[in-house]
Amino acid sequence: MEQVIANGLYLGAQYALIALGLTLIFALMNVLNFAHGQMYVLGGFVTYTIYGQLKLPFVVALICSGVTLAIFGGLMEKFLFRPVVRRSKREESTMLLAAATAFFLDAVMLLLFGEKQRGVPKIISGVFVSDRVILPYDRILVGVIAILMIAAFMLFMQYSKPGRAMRALAQDRVAAQLMGVKVERYSMIGFALGAMLAGVVGGLLVSITGVNSGIGGPISIKAFLMVMIGGAGVVGGAIAGGFILGMMESVGLTVLREYGDITYLVIFALLMIFLSIRPHGLMGKPWG
Amino acid sequence: MRHAPIATLKIASAVVFLLALLVAVPLLINATGRTDLYYTLTSVALLSIISAGVWITFYIGRINIGQGAYALMGGYVSAILVMNYGMSFWLTLPLAGLFCAAASVLIGLPILRLRGVYFAMVSLVLTEVARLLALALPITNGASGIVSIPLPSRLSLFGLTLIPDFATLANPRLSFYIASVLLMALCFLGLYRLAHSRIGQLCQSLQQNEELASSIGVNIAYLRVVAYALSSFLGGVGGAMFASISQSIYPSSFTVADSVNFMLNCFLGGLGYVLGPMLGTFVLYFGWDLLFQTGEFQLLIFSTALIVLMLVLPNGLLSLALPRKRSL
Repeated sequence: MEQVIANGLYLGAQYALIALGLTLIFALMNVLNFAHGQMYVLGGFVTYTIYGQLKLPFVVALICSGVTLAIFGGLMEKFLFRPVVRRSKREESTMLLAAATAFFLDAVMLLLFGEKQRGVPKIISGVFVSDRVILPYDRILVGVIAILMIAAFMLFMQYSKPGRAMRALAQDRVAAQLMGVKVERYSMIGFALGAMLAGVVGGLLVSITGVNSGIGGPISIKAFLMVMIGGAGVVGGAIAGGFILGMMESVGLTVLREYGDITYLVIFALLMIFLSIRPHGLMGKPWG
Repeated sequence: MRHAPIATLKIASAVVFLLALLVAVPLLINATGRTDLYYTLTSVALLSIISAGVWITFYIGRINIGQGAYALMGGYVSAILVMNYGMSFWLTLPLAGLFCAAASVLIGLPILRLRGVYFAMVSLVLTEVARLLALALPITNGASGIVSIPLPSRLSLFGLTLIPDFATLANPRLSFYIASVLLMALCFLGLYRLAHSRIGQLCQSLQQNEELASSIGVNIAYLRVVAYALSSFLGGVGGAMFASISQSIYPSSFTVADSVNFMLNCFLGGLGYVLGPMLGTFVLYFGWDLLFQTGEFQLLIFSTALIVLMLVLPNGLLSLALPRKRSL
């Protein structure tokens, strides 16, 4: 059981980081970013190229993944989402744009990296063994980095000037604008930050599970699940959702093993029941 | 009375369009020998029926990315009824639709209370649930699916043959095409009537402001379940027809990607127009097919075109045809 909990915590830290980016973008722009999973994959490929192919240090690769995605996210906001949000009659139009961006990223990555599963050498070798828990050191390291990133992100949102501006934006866009918050600039920063988080997780996870160009979609679905559990647009909810999903997956895979591959079916069923009782997740605003 | 000429014009153009589809297209295909186009056009007709269902949910202000679940369900219901119980396909077609509608009422009662992205995300998950269920249930035959479903048999009423046995026909493709086009015409006629009826107006009030609608006495809970059931009915019928044409159904026949495509069809055509889903499906499906020759760049060109389209015409293709008003 300790093993299951340890796995769950490790998975949860990854998931929380993915959900954070998604929820941030949603809170600021009211955009459901379908391309989030693809951004994650792109981050993974950047790390694969720099760490796996060019043999530069892992830290450099990780930073490059984050920076690439941040630039990409910023440009995406400025040149794609902002004009469409301004001109379309219905807010939902951004979903088509997000889906099209997801296709686009899929296509680009397929052309650049092919269909193969790509892995990188281990960051640190060795396995932590006690009488109850067995965890490879690199997983522990990745888990710790993820938790540190979450903490840094929370501090940034809580105490820095851009963080405060973004929280104000998320609460009430018009009011924030009236108070002198530069809405356009902080929307862009927020989008870039969300994309950066996706890229960094991709970079972290490629060192353990590897990456291939087809996993973007499933990752997006998992991120949506976490955001729904916690409540859309709420930072705390995304973290809670990530850990809950990680734990459920870990427990489910162990407990339900003898019934076949039904872990996710059970998770979905539980989610439906949960949402019919609490339609806006654990911490979400009603009708976020 | 003032609208009478416009109404006649509309009816006339609809009749011309239908005649073109039913007479001119087969003649052209015969002349050019491109019989593979039958399958493509049949697919477009069926996919636009399924997308029309998604459009109804858009009409009540919900983003539905779960239509693939109902299409899959409809396909399985029809396939199981034909294979295990030997029912006539034409009888299973409405039954598949009704089964999906009933299921959607059960699913919709809790989840239709969700709005905006919450509903969108739950519906997205729904497709995945349907796929996993199809894999896990014993009756659906798991990953190997249900194969070699017989072609639709004869349908007769009072000794009069309404639809001949497809297996004995010289060209089942043509008959599938005609059946699908007729089904599509029926579906869009109903949709047009619905959108211009009192219920349609009420649905629009839901789309704009549910609280306000509720405060002036609109039964919003009832209305949105009805709209969702209609939407799923269309999904089920389309899925059943698809299963019959491809004579097989698998858990991966309709996936999340298909659900997203159904949504994209509606967006692309324009959410404000009844014919939006039809045009969107046609453009998306044919665009994708045409790009097949570009090989590995197919997806890249396709997605770039979508993005550009979105930037140029964020309100859908049909917004071109209408006079441009400056919006805020």
